[in-house]
Amino acid sequence: MGKRGETKLIVNGKRLDGRKLNELRPISIKAGVIPEADGSAMVSFGETIAIAAVYGPKKVLPKHLEEPDRAYLNILYDMASFSTSERNRPGPSRRSREISKVIREALAPAILLEKYPQTNIDVFIEIINANAGTRTTAINAASVALADAGIEMRDMVASVAAGKIDGKVVIDLFQDEDNFGTADLPAAVIPRTKEITLLQLDGDLTKAEFKEMRKMVFDACKKISELQRNALKEKYKTESQGGDL
Amino acid sequence: MKEKLLVKNREIVTPGEILAEGMSYLPSGKSAREDEKIFATSLGLVNVKGRVIKVIPLAGRYVPRRGDSVVGKITAISKFGWRVDIKSPFDAELNVAEASNRYIDTKRVSLDKFFALGDHLLAGIIEISESGYIKLSARNRPYRRLGGGIVVNVSPSKIPRIIGKQGSMIRTLKDESKCEIIVGQNGWVWIKGEPEKEMKAIQAIKIIEKESHKSGLTDKVKKMLRGKS
Repeated sequence: MGKRGETKLIVNGKRLDGRKLNELRPISIKAGVIPEADGSAMVSFGETIAIAAVYGPKKVLPKHLEEPDRAYLNILYDMASFSTSERNRPGPSRRSREISKVIREALAPAILLEKYPQTNIDVFIEIINANAGTRTTAINAASVALADAGIEMRDMVASVAAGKIDGKVVIDLFQDEDNFGTADLPAAVIPRTKEITLLQLDGDLTKAEFKEMRKMVFDACKKISELQRNALKEKYKTESQGGDL
Repeated sequence: MKEKLLVKNREIVTPGEILAEGMSYLPSGKSAREDEKIFATSLGLVNVKGRVIKVIPLAGRYVPRRGDSVVGKITAISKFGWRVDIKSPFDAELNVAEASNRYIDTKRVSLDKFFALGDHLLAGIIEISESGYIKLSARNRPYRRLGGGIVVNVSPSKIPRIIGKQGSMIRTLKDESKCEIIVGQNGWVWIKGEPEKEMKAIQAIKIIEKESHKSGLTDKVKKMLRGKS
């Protein structure tokens, strides 16, 4: 393929992977994939796969990180060395540290951290396969895992990226669109209150394009949020007939 | 605004789901009000009683409460008491004064005569402060040292199912496995009996934990414990 913005990414009104402009990749969400964790989830958006595990609330170690009035939320985002087409050097990197911070700030407003003072909630996110949109998939997985762990939340955060390819606004970019498109805008949303907790932009947009993207993101996050809830209910569906509690 | 109940009794809800609209409904358990809407704050089962909407959590770590009886493990011995792990984010403390009905002279007897490092015990929570300080008591029966036996870890949200209605499940477990079984509210279950019977009781508890929402579980457990395997 050619340089950024030179390749045709939309052919006959359809994208290279056959999707419409406002169509999401196939999404699958499964809650409770790691029995030893307090909560866990696996989320895939097309070929991007993220696994999240939640541990806590537990003791804060080292002790100086402890907060007197709320929980200390620790997020660790990591890409597996085999997740990309070119081997990725394992271990923390500048990029993964930055994304961990960004994810923390996207999730924290939705979690009732003040219900767990002087404790630590750990969220570990591993990208098993990367095909663009890893931070948004990671946020979706972490959000389901936190709910699965029984952590109190105001809502479940949903996240998706919008982008611009061939001068058209599209949702949920995959790798080629991310590489050769002209703009990428990952966003995270609290659907119930319509708050935006993550908004990053790489590229140029006009005001009208941004407004269109915002609308697309909110519509898509509504759908994603629905899928997240169904995944959690699915876990208990087979168990929920009768019984006393 | 219209008064509206949006969920059915015993429905599973997820965090952020709106349960009811209008000011006459009251949130309880893991639910909260924001503006005129009541929403769930945790994954749980809805329980509607009149105007009160309660969400009972389906998952989560143990949250200590006053009056709970818990199975704990001694993690440290200090000058005047013990430090006890009760599976909560904070360690609990058991003072010498709360360890026995008799007077314990700390100058004459060593404290590990009562509870040694690593011992399990059944104790009650008598005080809990906002800063996370938990005070235990093991003075009166049934609180005591749990010698021997095995401790099994269960999710604390499944404890009510292990006890059953009016203790029906725990009675079945004890009668059929012929083991001594003590259930701590914190999710630790202590079992003592013959080794094979202990293993069977553990199996039964794992089944209850896994299928905690299915009906007819007591009969299934009974059958399993009577069976040969």
